[in-house]
Amino acid sequence: MDTLKIFGFGEGGWGLALLLGAGMTLLVSACGLLIGAVIGSLVAWARLSGHRVAGAAGEAYAAVFRGLPELLVVYFVYFGSSTLLTGAAALVGYDGFVGVPSFVAGALAVGVISGAYQAEVFRAAYLAILKGELEAAVSVGMDRWLMFRRIIAPQVLRFALPGLGNLWQVALKDSSLISVTGLSELMRVSQVGAASTHQPFAFYLGGLALYLCMTLATTRLFDIAEARATRGMRRMAG
Amino acid sequence: MGLKLWKSVALGACLTATLSLAPASAKDWKTVVIGMEGGYDPWNLTDSSGKIVGFEVDLANDICKRAGVECKIIAQDWDGMIPGLKAGKFDVIMDGMSITEDRMKEIDFSKPYAAPPAAFMAAKDSDVAKALGAGKVVNAAKDPAAGEAAVKAVQAALKGKTIGVQSSTTHANFASKYLKDVATVKEYKTTDDRDLDLKAGRIDVGLDDYPTVAATLSKDDAKDLAIVGPEFIGDVFGVGEGMGLRKSDADLTAKFNKALDEAFADGSVKKYSLKWFKIDTTP
Amino acid sequence: MDWDFTLKTFWRLMAALPLTLEVWFLSLVLGGLVAAGVVWMRVSGSKPLAMIARGYVALFRGTPLLIQLFLVYYGLASVSAVRHSFLWPILREPFYCGVLALALCTAGYQAEIFRGALLALPNGAVEAARACGMSGLTMFRRIVFPIALRHALPAYSTEAISMVKATALVSLITLWDVMSVAMKIRNDTLVTYLPLVLAGAIYFIVNYILGAAFLSLERRLSPHLRPRPS
Repeated sequence: MDTLKIFGFGEGGWGLALLLGAGMTLLVSACGLLIGAVIGSLVAWARLSGHRVAGAAGEAYAAVFRGLPELLVVYFVYFGSSTLLTGAAALVGYDGFVGVPSFVAGALAVGVISGAYQAEVFRAAYLAILKGELEAAVSVGMDRWLMFRRIIAPQVLRFALPGLGNLWQVALKDSSLISVTGLSELMRVSQVGAASTHQPFAFYLGGLALYLCMTLATTRLFDIAEARATRGMRRMAG
Repeated sequence: MGLKLWKSVALGACLTATLSLAPASAKDWKTVVIGMEGGYDPWNLTDSSGKIVGFEVDLANDICKRAGVECKIIAQDWDGMIPGLKAGKFDVIMDGMSITEDRMKEIDFSKPYAAPPAAFMAAKDSDVAKALGAGKVVNAAKDPAAGEAAVKAVQAALKGKTIGVQSSTTHANFASKYLKDVATVKEYKTTDDRDLDLKAGRIDVGLDDYPTVAATLSKDDAKDLAIVGPEFIGDVFGVGEGMGLRKSDADLTAKFNKALDEAFADGSVKKYSLKWFKIDTTP
Repeated sequence: MDWDFTLKTFWRLMAALPLTLEVWFLSLVLGGLVAAGVVWMRVSGSKPLAMIARGYVALFRGTPLLIQLFLVYYGLASVSAVRHSFLWPILREPFYCGVLALALCTAGYQAEIFRGALLALPNGAVEAARACGMSGLTMFRRIVFPIALRHALPAYSTEAISMVKATALVSLITLWDVMSVAMKIRNDTLVTYLPLVLAGAIYFIVNYILGAAFLSLERRLSPHLRPRPS
C-alpha cells in the first residue's frame, strides 16, 4: 500500500505532479498538432498547386520527415531552434540570444513531423471534394477566398477528420519523446518520480495508464466530432 | 468558418506566449538563469513538489545574494548542458560539472566550489568488491606513481566486468580511457538509471563522484552496496567542480568568483557541504 | 569542412548499423508472430478472447513506445520476483528488453493490419474453398494467405519503416545503436549537428531502400494491376 501512497495528493505524493504532466502532454500535443496543420496545409497546397518546384519541395519535405526517426527530429529541433533563431535575429540586427523554451521546441518537433503526415491527409481530403461543386462555385461567380471559406475548407475538414484523429494519437505518443529535452510532460514526470522514489515499475505503469486514459478519452471526442461532421453524408463504409 | 484562420491565430498565440527574448545587454546582470539537472542527488535533486533542492541550490542562492543578482533555477538534461549554455537557454551551469581542459576550450569556469574524489560502488559480496577492497583516497595529481598503480589495480579487478557511468562526465572519460579494452562500459543519461541497473545486477560496478555515490548508498534499497577501490583525485577527473559560464560573460564570472571567495571565507560553503555531502569538499 | 572527421564519424555510425538492423528484424518478426496470435484470438468467435485481443491492441497502440520500453527495461528489473525468475537471463540484457518491447508494440499495429487484410477477403472465395473440400490449412495456404498478403503489403511497408525509426529509442536503454553512437560523438566532441545529420542520412537511406523493396514486392505480387502490354 506504500506504493499507492506515492500516487496520492498529499505530502510526498506524486499524484498532482503526474496530472500536471498529463496536462502538459495534452497542451504540447495540441500545439504540435496545430503547427502540423499549418505546415501540412502548406505542403499539401504546394503538392496540389501544379507547380513543379513547389510540388517537388512538398514531396521532399514529406519524404524527409517520414524517413527520419522522431527522436532524431526532437534532438535536432531542440538543439537547432535556438541557434537558428539567434542567427535569424542577428540578421535583423538583434544582438542578444533568442531563447527557445523546451515547450516551443517540443511542440515544433511534434508539429514538423505531424505536418508531413497531415499533408497527405489534407491532400487526399481535397481530392475527395466533388469537382462539380468546385465548378459550380466558379460558375456562380464566387471569388477564391469565398470558395475556400464556404466550399473547400469545411469539406476538407470533414474528410480529413478520421485521418486527423489518428494523427492526434500519434502526436500524443510522439510528445513522450520531448521528455529528452527536459520538459515536464507526463513521460518526464514518470521518469523523475521513478528515479526519486526508486519505484520505476509503479511510475511507468502509472504513466502508461494515464496515457491510455488520455488516448481513449480523446479518441471518443474525435469519434463524436466525426459523427457530427458527417451527418447526412452518404458514405461507402460505416 | 475559416478554421484555418482560427488555427493560425491559436498558433500565433502559442508562439508569442512562450517565445522568450533574453536581455540584449550582458552588462546589467539583474537576473541570472542557472541550469541544473534536478536529478543529481545530492548536488541538485527534485522533490515531489517539483522544487529543485540540494547543495548547489543552497550555494547558488547564497552567492547570488552576495553578488546582488536574482537567480532563477531551471532544469536541464545533462547532455544538453553545454549546448544550452552556449545557445543562451541559461547563463550558468551548476551541475556537479568538473573543470577540465576539454571543457575549458568551450566555456569558462568559476573557481572550483567543491573537490570531492571519485568513487566506485559495487555489491559488497561481489568479485569486484573483493578484488578492490575498501575505499581509499588516491591523489593522482600529487602522487602520479600511486595514481598509475591504482589505475592498474582497477583494470585488473574489472577485467571482463561491466561498469556503468553517466555519459559525458569525467567518469565516462576515465572509463573510456582506461577500461575500454578490459571491461564493458555502459553509459546512462542519468545517474539514477545507472543506479537502477546496478541494483538490478546488470552492471557490476558504478563510478561517480563521492557525494553522489554516498547519497545512493544512504538509501534503504542500497544496503548491499559499498564504496570500493581507489577514490581518485586528479588525472582525468579535473581539479574540482565549478560553475560553467559563457566565455563572453567574463564580468559575470568575476562577480561570482568574488562571491565564492566571500562564501569560502566565512565557512558557508563548508556548511552546505557538510549538510548535503556529510563531508567537507571545499577545495 | 573537416572531411577527415566527417568520414570517421560516418564509419563509426555505420559500425553501429548492424545492431540497429538486428533489433529491427527480430522485433518485426517476433511482433508478427504475436500479432498472428492476437488476430487468431480476435476472429476465433470466442467473446472473451476477442476482448483480450481488442484490449491488447488498444493498449499497445494507445500508449507511447518509450514508456513501454522503460517499463520493460527498468520497471521489470526492479521487481525482485522477476529478477529471481527464469526470465531474468533474458530480461537482464538490454538487447532482449529492447526487442521485446518493440515486438509487443508492433504486434498491436500488425494485428490491425492483418485483421484489415482478412476482412478484405471476398466471402465467395472462402465459400468456394470450403465447397471444394479444402482443409483449413490448405485454404490458408492457397487462398487466404496470398490474398491477405497483397492487401496487407502497403500498410505493412509503412509499419516496417516505422519500426526502423522506433529502434532509435533503444539508444535510451544503453544499447549502442546508430542513434546512441551519434549522441556520444556529439557529446564527446561538442560538434552539435554533424553526427545527427549523418545519422539522419543513414536512417533515411535505410528507409528509402526498405520502401523501394516493398514497392517492388507489391508490384510483383499484383500482376493484375500492372498496365497492359501495348
